Amino acid sequence: MSAVTFVKGREDMETKEQTTPAAAVAPRPQLKPAQPESAPARPRAWPGMAVRAALPTLLGLAVFMGIWALISQTSPQLPGPLKTWASAQELFSDPFYNKGPNDQGIGWNILASLQRVAIGFGMAAALGIPLGFMIGRFKFLSAMVSPIVSLLRPVSPLAWLPIGLLVFKAANPAAIWVIFISAIWPMIINTAVGVNRIPQDYMNVAKVLNLSEWKIFTKILFPAVLPYMMTGIRLSIGVAWLVIVAAEMLTGGVGIGFWVWDEWNNLNVEHIIIAIFIVGIVGLLLEQVLVLVAKRFSYE
Amino acid sequence: MDKYVQVENVRMVFNTRKGPFVALRDINMNIAQGEFIALIGHSGCGKSTLLNLVAGLTLPSDGTMLCAGREIAGPGPERGVVFQNHSLLPWLTCFENVYLAVERVFGQAESKATLKKRTHEALALVGLTHAEHKHPHEISGGMKQRVGIARALSMQPKVLLLDEPFGALDALTRAHLQDELMKITAETHSTVVMVTHDVDEAVLLSDRIVMMTNGPAATIGEVLRVDLPRPRDRLALANDARYHEYRGAVLDFLYRRQMRPAA
Repeated sequence: MSAVTFVKGREDMETKEQTTPAAAVAPRPQLKPAQPESAPARPRAWPGMAVRAALPTLLGLAVFMGIWALISQTSPQLPGPLKTWASAQELFSDPFYNKGPNDQGIGWNILASLQRVAIGFGMAAALGIPLGFMIGRFKFLSAMVSPIVSLLRPVSPLAWLPIGLLVFKAANPAAIWVIFISAIWPMIINTAVGVNRIPQDYMNVAKVLNLSEWKIFTKILFPAVLPYMMTGIRLSIGVAWLVIVAAEMLTGGVGIGFWVWDEWNNLNVEHIIIAIFIVGIVGLLLEQVLVLVAKRFSYE
Repeated sequence: MDKYVQVENVRMVFNTRKGPFVALRDINMNIAQGEFIALIGHSGCGKSTLLNLVAGLTLPSDGTMLCAGREIAGPGPERGVVFQNHSLLPWLTCFENVYLAVERVFGQAESKATLKKRTHEALALVGLTHAEHKHPHEISGGMKQRVGIARALSMQPKVLLLDEPFGALDALTRAHLQDELMKITAETHSTVVMVTHDVDEAVLLSDRIVMMTNGPAATIGEVLRVDLPRPRDRLALANDARYHEYRGAVLDFLYRRQMRPAA
C-alpha cells in the first residue's frame, strides 16, 4: 500500500537528514589535526564567507523582485513590489483590530487559521500515530486497513468538505475536518513504515534480553520509529497548511484563506499578494520548527 | 557437569521460496561447564545458525537442545548473547544499554541502587567506566563490542554466546579484546560458545574447536581439543610447537579437507 508514499517520505527524510544534522554535527571536534591551522584563519574568513553564502540568495530575491516589477509594469492591475510593500506596512501597523466577524486584523486571521490547523492536525496525530504503530506491528490489521488507506489517500482534501458540512452542519468544524482527513495519511503511513523498518538486530536484543512488551515499546519501538514519525508529522503539517487556505475560501469566517477571498471580492490585489507571502512564510516557519524538533530527537 | 549444554541430533531446515533448505544436520555436541568452545567453518556453513539455536533465537526443526537439563524453548537470561555488530541501542548511553539487561534479570528482586552497582561493575569489567555516559555513536567499534560483552555478562549468564564478536574490528583491537575476554572468562568461569572464522583466535581462546563442514546440510566435521595451559599468552604461544600443531590441524581441515566453496 505504502510503497509510493514510503519512498517519497524516506527520500524527504534522507535529504533533510543530510542537510540538517550534517550541519549540526560538523562543529563537534572531529577534525582535530586540521584545527590548529584553520582556527586562526577562520576569524578573517568569516565575514567574507557570510557574504559569499548570502550572495546567491540575495541575487535570487533581487531577480525575483525585478521580474515581478517588470510584469506589474506591463499589467496595470497587478501591483508592483513597492506598492505591495507600502500596503503591507499599513496592514501590519494594526494587525489585531476587530470590527465584527467579517473585518478583523490580519493577525487574527492568521491565528484563526493556525488554530484550525492545530486542532485538525492534533486530532489526526492522536489517531494516526497509534494507528500507524498498530498497522506496523500487526500484519492482520495492516492487511485490513491498507486497502482503505490506499483508496482514500489520493482523494483531494477538499472533496471531503461537503461531507464535513453535512455531518457537522457548521463551517468551522467542517474546515477542521478537512485538515484532519488530509493530515492523517502521512502520519499513518510513515509510522507504519518506521515500525516495519526496525532493524532485526534491535528486535533480537529485545528477544535475547526477554524484554516486556512495554519495555520493547518504550526502549526500542518508539525511539526507532521516532525519525519516521517526525517525517510523517512534517509532511502532515505541510499538507494541512496547504489545505487550510483552500478550505477557508470555501467555508468563510475568519482565517487567512477567507481573507484572501474577501480581498479578491474587494479587488484589493495588494492584500492578496501579501497573503501569498504570509502563507509562504508561516509554512516555512512551521517546517523549520519541526525540523528543529526532529533534530532534537535524532540520535545518530 | 560434563553435559551442561546438550545438542542431540539437531537438524535445521529453513523454508525458502525454492523449497526447504537444510542448513544443519546431525549436530551432536556436549559442552561442559566452564568450557570455552569455538565454532569454526567457512562462511555459510551454519555456525551462526547453530549459535542462534543455542541462544534460542531460532528453534530446531528436529532434535533436542538442553541447557542445564532444561529444554531450550527460547532466549533466556541464563544465555547471554554478544552479536557480531554489537547491536547496542543507539538512543541509550552505554550505561543505559547495560542497565536495560540488568533491570530485566535482577529488577524484580533488587533495589535500584544495587542494579546500578551491577551495571557499573559490568562496565568496569570491560574497562569502560570512563565511557559510561557516552552514546554508542561516540565510541569506537572496539568499545561498542565491549559494551555488548558487558551487557551479556551483566546478566550473569551461565553460558556466554559470542557470534563473531571481534570480526569487524582491526587486528590490534581484536587481539586486545581477545586477551581481555580470556581474563574475564578466567575470572567468571563462564561457559563460552564463540563463532569465529579466525583460526588463531580459535586456538588461542578455546578448550575445544568444533570444525564444521561446508553447507548446505552442514554438520560437525571434527572436534579438536586444545590442551594448552592457562593462562595463555599470545607471545609465548607464538613459539610453542603445540600451538602451531593445533593451528596446522585447523588450517588443514578448513583449506584441504573442506575446500572453500567457490564464492
